[in-house]
Amino acid sequence: MTAPVTAPARGPSWRGIAAEKVDDVPASLAVLLRRRSRGLLVDLLRPHRRAVGWTGAAIVVASLASLAGPWLVGIAIDSGLPPIVASGDGAPLAWIAAAFSVTVVVQAVATRAFVTMTGRVGQGVVLELRRRVFWHMLRLPVSFHESYTSGRVISRQTSDIEAISALFEEGLDSLVSAVLTLLLVGTGMLLLDWRLALVVLAAFIPLALLAGWFRGQSEIAYRRIREANSLVIVHFVETFGGLRAVQAFRREERNEEIFDELSGDYARASAWSSRLNALFASGITLVANLVIAAVLIYGGVLVIDGDLRVGVLASFLLYLQRFFDPLQDVSQFYNSFQGAASALEKLSGILEEEPSVAEPATPCQLPAVSPLPGESPAATTPGPGGAGRRVRFESVRFGYRPAQQADGEPPAPAGMVLPDFRLDIPAGQTVALVGETGAGKTTVARLMARFYDPLAGRVTLDGVDLRELPDAVLREEVVLITQESFLFEGTVADNIRLGRPAATDAEVAAAARAIGAHDFIVALPAGYATGVGKRGGRLSAGQRQLISFARAFIAAPGVLVLDEATALLDIPTERLVQAALRTVLHGRTAVIIAHRLSTVAIADRVLVLRAGEIIEDGSPAELIGGDGEYADLHARWAASLA
Amino acid sequence: MRGDAPAQPPAVAALWRLRPYLRPYRLQLASMLACALGAEGAAIVIPLLAKSVVDGAIAHHDKSQLLPLGLAAIGLGVAEAALSLIRRWVQGSAVAGMEKSLRDDLYAHLQRLEPEFHDGWQSGQLLSRATSDLSSVRRFAGFGLVFLITTIATFLAVVVLLIQLNWWMGLATGAMITPVLIYCTRFERRYKVLARRVQDQEGDLATLIEEAAAGVRVLKALGRAPEAAARHTAQARAMYRTKVTMAELLGAFWSVLDLIPNAAIALILVLGAVAVTGHALTLGGLVAFITLALQLVWPIEALGYILASGEEAASAAQRVLEIMDTRPSITGPPAPAAGAASPAQLAPGGPGRGRARDDYVIFDQVSFAYPGHPAAAGAAGREGGGEPVLRGVSVAVARGETLVVTGATGSGKTTLLQLVPRLADVTGGRVLVDGRDVRDYPLAELRTVVGFGFEEATLFSASVRENVTFGAPGASEEEVEAALSAAQARFAYDLPWGLDTRIGEQGMALSGGQRQRVALARAILARPAVLVLDDPLSALDVHTEERVTQALKSVLAGTTALVVAHRPSTVALADRVALLDGGVIAAVGSHRELLASQPRYASLMTMEEVAAR
Repeated sequence: MTAPVTAPARGPSWRGIAAEKVDDVPASLAVLLRRRSRGLLVDLLRPHRRAVGWTGAAIVVASLASLAGPWLVGIAIDSGLPPIVASGDGAPLAWIAAAFSVTVVVQAVATRAFVTMTGRVGQGVVLELRRRVFWHMLRLPVSFHESYTSGRVISRQTSDIEAISALFEEGLDSLVSAVLTLLLVGTGMLLLDWRLALVVLAAFIPLALLAGWFRGQSEIAYRRIREANSLVIVHFVETFGGLRAVQAFRREERNEEIFDELSGDYARASAWSSRLNALFASGITLVANLVIAAVLIYGGVLVIDGDLRVGVLASFLLYLQRFFDPLQDVSQFYNSFQGAASALEKLSGILEEEPSVAEPATPCQLPAVSPLPGESPAATTPGPGGAGRRVRFESVRFGYRPAQQADGEPPAPAGMVLPDFRLDIPAGQTVALVGETGAGKTTVARLMARFYDPLAGRVTLDGVDLRELPDAVLREEVVLITQESFLFEGTVADNIRLGRPAATDAEVAAAARAIGAHDFIVALPAGYATGVGKRGGRLSAGQRQLISFARAFIAAPGVLVLDEATALLDIPTERLVQAALRTVLHGRTAVIIAHRLSTVAIADRVLVLRAGEIIEDGSPAELIGGDGEYADLHARWAASLA
Repeated sequence: MRGDAPAQPPAVAALWRLRPYLRPYRLQLASMLACALGAEGAAIVIPLLAKSVVDGAIAHHDKSQLLPLGLAAIGLGVAEAALSLIRRWVQGSAVAGMEKSLRDDLYAHLQRLEPEFHDGWQSGQLLSRATSDLSSVRRFAGFGLVFLITTIATFLAVVVLLIQLNWWMGLATGAMITPVLIYCTRFERRYKVLARRVQDQEGDLATLIEEAAAGVRVLKALGRAPEAAARHTAQARAMYRTKVTMAELLGAFWSVLDLIPNAAIALILVLGAVAVTGHALTLGGLVAFITLALQLVWPIEALGYILASGEEAASAAQRVLEIMDTRPSITGPPAPAAGAASPAQLAPGGPGRGRARDDYVIFDQVSFAYPGHPAAAGAAGREGGGEPVLRGVSVAVARGETLVVTGATGSGKTTLLQLVPRLADVTGGRVLVDGRDVRDYPLAELRTVVGFGFEEATLFSASVRENVTFGAPGASEEEVEAALSAAQARFAYDLPWGLDTRIGEQGMALSGGQRQRVALARAILARPAVLVLDDPLSALDVHTEERVTQALKSVLAGTTALVVAHRPSTVALADRVALLDGGVIAAVGSHRELLASQPRYASLMTMEEVAAR
């Protein structure tokens, strides 16, 4: 079961992450992607406008000071030393030395200021970007995560953001000082001799061509790097997420083959980009050296022909050296800039992905009737609470779209899971959904928790369409607990408290006690404070399920949806859980999905699903008494217990 | 989060230990260095040549000399460009290759570390080591190393030239390296703490990111996205602070590295002027001296950058080696003892201790405890300081027999099973398969003999076929079909591309029940001598479970099997049932016997409450 059918029908085809797997994009798209990245960057820098201005000023000051140093030394040699030799007059030199000292100090202060400020601004931008992407990832629908894979989500937020961080850590000043040098030295050269200056300016034609070529090529190269890098991370994460299976099935060698290939792709991609950079940087050197030689020959001819003074040629040559040096630094900077740009391109794509299960434009509030007076659902302690909420499926239509194959094969035809689903659950009722795998039970549960939106029809909570509820309200009202009992790094108590962060230790323990998890928890090395290890690896599957169940218990929402939430428990524990459920479900609406009919027994009403339709509907006793599907299921199940 | 533990060797030593990874590229490195020095030389010669053109040919109005000298300048210019091209070209592939082999080795090593190691390490810490730490090492190996050498060479060459020009002023200028070095050491001491801290924080952040990515459904279902985002922001902000502190430190450091050589030049200017007035130095000599001394500014500035990147690389190397130095505690026997190579002959009279039964899998006084320290104890915490999960379990499975192990949630069933393929090792006693301690098998062989079916089915991102045939690469189409049929996984043929459909995280998502059945087919197809199944039917509905149970019965008929179950329907597969309670085997017998004699077992297996309805 994968992304819903709606996903591809959204917006222009290159929106969001659509361009992610393509390296060599058409020119028009490249412009679009660039504009998108630039927009994001500008937006991120906006709060730092002032600091950016000061940083720029500090860089200009530092660059001017560093240019002034050698210039002052030149003046000292030309006009500071001769007076001393001639007349022993040290004053001019003393002044120059003083001025030089001042520029040195100014340079040091300005350098320190801009490095520090660049760090602040850059890291501020990175922090904001991290927050935005993380938050956006959490808002993106489940269907997005199902096809995007967690490894990619991780690589976007780790190595891509690091590439952007790296841009701020190196060489922003080289760009500014190069531009300044070009301007100052260029003007100086033009003033000295316009003919020679024209020769130098002509060099900008090949340089511009070279830069244009490099930009196009390295854009492709860096896209490839980012993609190859994320594939390495995807495989890495997947391997160590399922390490026990890897080892038990001796998958190590095959994995190494795959990893070798992926990390080889990555190495090739980075080698390719550094070769591009090699061509670019040494191309600049070549042009610079050729221009020096050209100026030397042409200037020499001019001097010999008497059209130019030797002194002018000499100073011109000195300037020339200083003219091209910063360009080298710029090529280095341009390289990290491209790396950051392609990362920014991917990230802006993520941020552009609309949460298809989006926040409502005009949020509705639920009628405040359901919880008993004086209690808000979140603050209710487990036990008899409000009256629950009425849940209705009104002609809901829904189907999944099979995930695209990784290599871009066409998606398979869509199948409807729920063709026209109607269901009305009165407030406070406990409903059990039964039926074979693929009947659509889990889909119903997920629609109730708004993991997906229906293709047609609507799901309502006390008459309000789920799509019109703010997410925070919805999550407070509807809690879905699945068989996938995911534990987070942290203690047992932390994990239970996920159901209600404000819960006290006593409440946590009470919840655990109610469902029979207390005994095993206190037997752990540090009781409730025991770290569960990665993914709860130190606990058994049944224990994890109990903890995840305790979350639901402590959350005590108006509507509780349990999708196979007790499948891994042993019978006595399940019995305890059921007893606890009887209490907690009193005054709440609940939907329970279970293969084990023992769990179903506490329901007020049983629905049998087949191919997305309700074929039986009644109280357990009624249905067992009849001769339908449920009666048959129950008979088999009772027999299996013997 | 201190930079380094007291016992740890210095970070630079860690970097030095990575040198074998550079060895295959030593030719490339040498040529990179040669090219860098050559290009540096050409860059120095070109202005000298220009000077000689101006002073010689042009000053003497000698047009005939102009062309050859001009051509020489072009030649040198092309040579410099070519040398720099070669250096960068070679550097790119050499360093990327080095990073790749480091990463491959790290990956391979991690795959061989036991699950307990991975349970104790945050996933993001492993990932950040395999990605950003290795990039740090690569960056230093590429630029830092070569430039460290060229920088030092340039500095020394310039100082030597300066001393030749004027020995005492040359020495005085060269002496400025002393404050530079003192300052560098002070910087280094503070920077390495920050470098380490930021890398650790990167790992912590990656952990939060990874957990949020993998647990996004849970966060959504419980509406805990805001809390997760708050934790992430707090962590990201901690990293922000470290990075800003680093930038402040770098700003101070770099500005001083700017200051020192420039101050030295100001001093030379004044001292030189004094010397010139005292006729100790000619004016031309002073000009040459200062022009040359200006060449010292760049190497010292570069030193700051190199030092910072070296410090980062060193602590990254340290972090990587922390993992590489963790020896897998679960490994095959040290040397494959030739005598023990044929296990089949070893059994009679051995650990069976004269029993009539042909016991194939024997748990002999097995105890197990998880290590006491939840921290990354690695190889150190083997004794197991925690509460024992198993204390003296003794039970045997005869050849061809199916033993079902049952017990309350958390009684240690899964742990017991994992001891057989050595996903964990006993902390006391031993497990024998075919008369041989599992620790005496080469790991690959043991895991061929023992097939494992997990409760939480892990599928690899590969085709259904590859997933199913993984334990049995040579399986025919018919065998695959038979295994899929037995596991009630024929739905795989109806997937969009049939058995070639890619499943797993990067492919098509299957439901829990479907995953479990594919995984079951895999375990069945491998036809291992011992089949270990951990609650293999938990995610199946009643109908499917019934059909799978029927099929499994015939599969298990001749197979030695160890099955964890806590449902009567699955227990029906058993020849015998073992009840695990309080860390020991409380009773062994048939389902009926145990039901009659063990009240604990009866309460585990019956649902009187429900049955009464």
